[in-house]
Amino acid sequence: MNFRAIKTIYLFEMARMWRTLGQSVASPVISTSLYFVVFGSAIGSRMSDVDGVAYGAFIVPGLIMLSVLTQSLSNASLGIFFPKFTGTIYEVLSAPISVYEIVLGYVGAAASKSTILGLLILLTASFFVPFHIESPFWMLFFLILTALTFSLFGFVIGIWAEGFDKLQLIPLLIITPLTFLGGSFYSIKMLPPVWQKISMANPVVYLISGFRWAFFGTADVNIGVSLTMITLILILCLTAIYWIFRTGYKLKD
Amino acid sequence: MFYADGIVSISNLNKVYAGGFKALTDINLNIQSGEIFALLGPNGAGKTTLIRTICGLSNPSSGTVSVKGFDVVTEAMQTRSAIGLVPQELTTDAFETVWNAVKFSRGLFGKAPNSDHLEKLLRDLSLWDKKDNKLRTLSGGMKRRLMIAKALSHEPEVLFLDEPTAGVDVELRKDMWKIVRELRKSGVTIILTTHYIEEAEEMADRIGIINKGKLIVVEEKRTLMKKLGKKQLNIDLAGDLKVLPPSLSDFDLSLVNSRITYSYSTEKKDNGISELLEKLRDEGLGIKDINTQESSLEEIFVSLVHQS
Repeated sequence: MNFRAIKTIYLFEMARMWRTLGQSVASPVISTSLYFVVFGSAIGSRMSDVDGVAYGAFIVPGLIMLSVLTQSLSNASLGIFFPKFTGTIYEVLSAPISVYEIVLGYVGAAASKSTILGLLILLTASFFVPFHIESPFWMLFFLILTALTFSLFGFVIGIWAEGFDKLQLIPLLIITPLTFLGGSFYSIKMLPPVWQKISMANPVVYLISGFRWAFFGTADVNIGVSLTMITLILILCLTAIYWIFRTGYKLKD
Repeated sequence: MFYADGIVSISNLNKVYAGGFKALTDINLNIQSGEIFALLGPNGAGKTTLIRTICGLSNPSSGTVSVKGFDVVTEAMQTRSAIGLVPQELTTDAFETVWNAVKFSRGLFGKAPNSDHLEKLLRDLSLWDKKDNKLRTLSGGMKRRLMIAKALSHEPEVLFLDEPTAGVDVELRKDMWKIVRELRKSGVTIILTTHYIEEAEEMADRIGIINKGKLIVVEEKRTLMKKLGKKQLNIDLAGDLKVLPPSLSDFDLSLVNSRITYSYSTEKKDNGISELLEKLRDEGLGIKDINTQESSLEEIFVSLVHQS
């Protein structure tokens, strides 16, 4: 195992975060704070409780997930796309590093960034709405697992994308709508029965539901199903990455 | 260390791209440890594809490539550890500093941090005073030197320089030649591709000429020039001469403005010069000046490429 190479890639990617604190940390924290102000404090005060949880507190897990999903995708996809775009990827591909080491470096850094961001948003939320975390361990577990899974997905997008337009395509047109419709701001149980069934096809429902369960002990979906779903997405992303490096798809001639 | 098949050994290498374009055809080549090998060829000849395949950036369609006796496909970790690559394009991370860029390269190859080595490299390449500068502030020449520093940061045994002096001014080009020679002295094997024939003529021990994906010649530089090069003897006559005398018809001569030009091969033991001069004296033709001219590597290259 080339630990030095993993550390080098990891620290190089993390340095990008410290260099661009405004863009990578301040911006998502501020925009999420605005959600709390509007939906949590202003509108939330006029909303009734959901599953016995005040609406302002109810949306905390969903808003954290919203940021963690989008930032994981964006950090990981940009992390690998940028060297591909500038041509510096040759250095990584010609160095004695295995696929797993490359993925560990890039995805590890992207997942770390979005986990830090998720925790920062959690801290920010505590200034706006009072809430209690029922199971801090499972909350952290879901946060890290989701960050890792979507960083892997972002890594795949970064390799697949040939330009900045494609880089934004999946996060903007697929992931953001799925997150909004996945119960970030409401419980699936609040939907009419037919929409409840349709929502079950949205994988993000399981992530938000599992994460919310760690906070409040109640969930739209059984916790076991949520865990199975996120594990399936993780396996799918790992398989895609394995195939990409085995075939050299968009990386090698 | 001595490698029987050479530090780089290529056997029956073929590369066909997905679209069906055959970039390399039956390449066989052994490069010895410590030599400077220049790969010459016109645009699109396959030089970069060959380098990319050896460095593991392109998969061979068939054939084998080994570095230090390890196969570049099945034992890629070992081969890559030994290789440093300076690609043709100036690809740098614009927002990084010079120091961080070389540190990153060394780390990627799994080498322990060594500030002394990196400092020496940057000093040797006249980049030390720019170590804290962002890469976007560097000139083209500095970026080119940085690429060399990055490739050397992990102390490779084999260095690939793909068009190292493309777009570099004459002074810097000569500096680069100096650097390459010093690297060779330290035992690094150097394989370079170039468009500048004078660069190969100046530096290489051996030259390979590649055209349309085929390696048409691999030869010691001096042997190549001797074997394929022609020499010319120019004789400026003292008097006016319109037509060559019949007694000189056995020689390969041309006459322009009272200058006789005699073309001869450097390979033959008896080049016929003494006999020609004797015949000129017999004909009573006075000689004002004599000089010789050798065909350059460029002329040899052009002629070989056209023949292939």
